Amino acid sequence: MPKPAKPSVKKPVGEQPENPAKLILNGAVADNEWNLLPLGGEEEISSENLSPGKVILPLSLWLELREQLQDRKDEIGVWLDSDETADLVGDYAAELPLIAAHFPLFTDGRAFTVGRLLRERYGYTGEVRAVGNFIRDQLTYLTRCGFNAFAYQGDQPLEGLLESTGDFTDSYQAAVDQPLPIFRRRALA
Amino acid sequence: MYRYDEQDHKLVRERVAQFRGQTERYLAGELKEEEFLPLRLQNGLYVQRLAPMLRIAVPYGLMNSAQLRRLAHITRKYDKGYAHFTTRQNVQLNWPNLEDVPDILAELAEVEMHAVQTSGNCIRNTTTDQFAGVARDELIDPRPYCELIRQWSTFHPEFAFLPRKFKIAVCGADEDRAAIRAHDIGVQIVKNDQGETGFQVLVGGGLGRTPILGVAIRDFLPETHLLSYLEAIVRVYNQLGRRDNKFKARIKILVKAMGPEAFAERVEAEWEKIKDGADQLTPEAIEWAKRFFPEPEYKSISNGHGEAVLRDQAGADKAFTRWLERNTFPHRVNGYQAVTLSTKPTGIPPGDVTDRQLEAIADLADKYSFGEVRVTHEQNVVLADVEQEKLFELWQEARKNGFATPNIGTLTDMICCPGGDYCSLANAKSIPVAEAIQRKFDDLDFLYDLGDLDLNISGCMNACGHHHIGHIGILGVDKKGEEFYQVQLGGSSNEKASLGKVLGPSFSRDEMPATIGKILDVFVENRQPEEFFIDTYNRIGLQPFKERVYAKAS
Repeated sequence: MPKPAKPSVKKPVGEQPENPAKLILNGAVADNEWNLLPLGGEEEISSENLSPGKVILPLSLWLELREQLQDRKDEIGVWLDSDETADLVGDYAAELPLIAAHFPLFTDGRAFTVGRLLRERYGYTGEVRAVGNFIRDQLTYLTRCGFNAFAYQGDQPLEGLLESTGDFTDSYQAAVDQPLPIFRRRALA
Repeated sequence: MYRYDEQDHKLVRERVAQFRGQTERYLAGELKEEEFLPLRLQNGLYVQRLAPMLRIAVPYGLMNSAQLRRLAHITRKYDKGYAHFTTRQNVQLNWPNLEDVPDILAELAEVEMHAVQTSGNCIRNTTTDQFAGVARDELIDPRPYCELIRQWSTFHPEFAFLPRKFKIAVCGADEDRAAIRAHDIGVQIVKNDQGETGFQVLVGGGLGRTPILGVAIRDFLPETHLLSYLEAIVRVYNQLGRRDNKFKARIKILVKAMGPEAFAERVEAEWEKIKDGADQLTPEAIEWAKRFFPEPEYKSISNGHGEAVLRDQAGADKAFTRWLERNTFPHRVNGYQAVTLSTKPTGIPPGDVTDRQLEAIADLADKYSFGEVRVTHEQNVVLADVEQEKLFELWQEARKNGFATPNIGTLTDMICCPGGDYCSLANAKSIPVAEAIQRKFDDLDFLYDLGDLDLNISGCMNACGHHHIGHIGILGVDKKGEEFYQVQLGGSSNEKASLGKVLGPSFSRDEMPATIGKILDVFVENRQPEEFFIDTYNRIGLQPFKERVYAKAS
């Protein structure tokens, strides 16, 4: 029997993400099918006592349990705290159905880079989910950075968030949604 | 200059609509104060002491006469009939109503202007040399690169919530008139031994409470990789820059903490992975950008003709001679000269212009300089392409409109932030200090004798008035609720950039003109022929100034 893993020692950057019942997924309001485990819970989590069903683990915990969770691959996702960079998970990304990036504060913009790197550098095609305190008005840029799921925990209706994803219908730079920057598209024209 | 196409228009219109929606949600209580804050800042809107302040972007300082006229109209309709030129080549309105801002932005959008990213923790307006394209010491015109940087940085989805603000400046000449060493990234256009164009890249400069000069992390970046390299730098900063303390969040702190070598390695490693990607500046893209900055239709004027005309006119008029000497700048094309319109007559806050003056500048631009102007980081306005034969006529018109104070580059051509009169961050007022100094030193012969002298005033340590890089820098400080002023000497913003050293204990506002007087006395007594203030200071050091200023009355 494998030894239970130690509780994750990583200190959260700030407030930990909530896990709302509804979210936006691929441009529509949907039920949240995933459970999200915070950092440093009271209980020691092992592959044995980990709850069944779809679970999003803190990255540090998942890195410890990864080998033992091979047969549950389809229902294990990870979330990155804002001080955790995409390269920590990048090489394993293909085995994960979901990677979430956390906003302890909406002004902490590190998650934008996580999204782009997962998509552009590691070729990740699974769900990239924003969790934590991001706000409605960030959805348009988050979408450009490769996020396709938004577990919004604020007090505005999710339908309003959907409106904001369409704030811009064009862009100057290349990003996940646009392979060429405007100056190259124009130079070709 | 760069002109919008349908895509630019659409993007800016969509931005106006987005901000209109955000303002409405804020006023309806659906958007929290702290959530609205960065959104309005990224649209140039501050909430200040007396009213909101709107900072309008002037990309690398370049404007046309139609834009100037629209600004004049906006100051009349929505503000108090005047505007302020900033040290980052932008324009500020001091009294707009928050509710009107979406309408102001819509009016600006019609003339290809906006207030995007003029504040907030994002990539700000890129700045450059006000004599771009006309200076004799220029290697390559920086404006096409500035425009490409503008497009790359505008609405950049990854870099809208950086640890702190981020400023880029580009210089294409031998003399650095863009203060690139005082920016988060400074880009110096260079050529290598094979004659290929590229860039020296400096990072980690910045003023504020921890002034640091930028250091080179790459001496030659091939032209094609400019944007990918910038993206690599900002990406490393976004990931690793401190977010726990606002005062330690600028990239300069990260570069210092890691050491420039380690920082450079990290950037190079990131850049290696993206350098051959979409951001590559293909020859076609560079050509496309250059097409927006063609040579104006200069007349062919024989060498020496313009100078001869000027000699005749100048001989007859001492005031005109002075103006020519101080307020004009040599042009690379025969028969032309660049003119700086001074916004700094005594008694007017440096950089302030009225609606009528904005229109007068537009008229002068149309009549004498192909309809375009440049805002300078010294808060003046340049007409870059004036025929020498027309200078006398232009001078007379500029004089009528209050722009011909012949003080460019002298003591009274001060850089000055809005200070405690307007700004809620300020510890002290700066405009009255500037005025008191201007009044004390209003003798033009004395000013000319002093020669080039940068005096910069900031009302607090955020250093919007660039006091660290003035030959004489003045900083407003708060001492037990009273306004005092600290003096620094020896700063410089050009290619030999340096940071000023504090002279000693601070002074009350009343003591300031006399204190500056003593500093100038030490300079005059010690200067050698041909020396400017900064040269004498560099030779004799701080001590003689200190001794004189703090000498006990005997």
